[in-house]
Amino acid sequence: MSGHFEALPDGGAAVPLDEVEVSILRSLAVQMLELIGPGDEPAQGEDPLAALFQEGPSEKPSDPALARLFPDAYGDGDERLREASAEFRRFTENDLRTRKREDALAVVRSLDALASAGDGSGGGRLELSPEECRRWLGALNDLRLTIGARLEVTDEDENADLYRLPDSDPRKPMVMAYLWLGALQETLVETLMA
Amino acid sequence: MRWRTGSGSIGRVSVAPVEIERTAPAEEGHAVTEPDVPWVTIVHNDPVNLMSYVTYVFQTYFGYSKDKAHKLMLDVHHKGRAVVSSGTREEMERDVQAMHGYGLWATLSQDRG
Repeated sequence: MSGHFEALPDGGAAVPLDEVEVSILRSLAVQMLELIGPGDEPAQGEDPLAALFQEGPSEKPSDPALARLFPDAYGDGDERLREASAEFRRFTENDLRTRKREDALAVVRSLDALASAGDGSGGGRLELSPEECRRWLGALNDLRLTIGARLEVTDEDENADLYRLPDSDPRKPMVMAYLWLGALQETLVETLMA
Repeated sequence: MRWRTGSGSIGRVSVAPVEIERTAPAEEGHAVTEPDVPWVTIVHNDPVNLMSYVTYVFQTYFGYSKDKAHKLMLDVHHKGRAVVSSGTREEMERDVQAMHGYGLWATLSQDRG
């Protein structure tokens, strides 16, 4: 897990990934899709326009990771703010979920394309267009926010302990993935800022 | 933001496609005539988001210079929060929604300072 993104001349970026890395990334992206949930596709025979104007949820998600991905816009300090947050959520959360779903889907698609176009090993050099880079950046960030919530990364001082877990700790693989995703995201940001 | 009417709070939803409003010439150059009480978008610190990513978002979304974006990011990091934009409530709702899209923890509130 040492591959880093490098800038491509067209504004895109490339990273070498072996089959294990491809498999982990794909699995995480699929888990993200499951966490975000299915889209509000209009059912057969239903008016697609009606679905377009369907209201989203007004309650903050109870799952901590989802609550972090879809935070209250006005905070929750008092009843008035909670009402404003609920109102905002009703009209924005569906769009936000759609964006995050599409970002995760873009990751799955590009990994599948790499696996089918490669040398048969399942890995290879992944090349992303500028648009794919932005989607990957969003998806990598969503994944880190989600894993961060699962690992209860709450304070920067506590991270030191998290990063020195013994191999026997059940959180260890998740921490390794978290750090690796951080390195991928960091290098992807660097290519986009260059 | 197809559900927005461009006026009032997000509670007032019109089914009129926003494209129609955009082509209405009366909307162009129509200055805000009454001074709204200013609202602000606040980005809060969190232990997960990368400093470079937060800077990238400020540069990309707000079009801030690298220096300004970097300074705002440091404010978020060291002070726990920073005001990243100000304007009407509608504008700030748009900014907050965009920040949530990027995965930053943002809220809007009326600027009482």
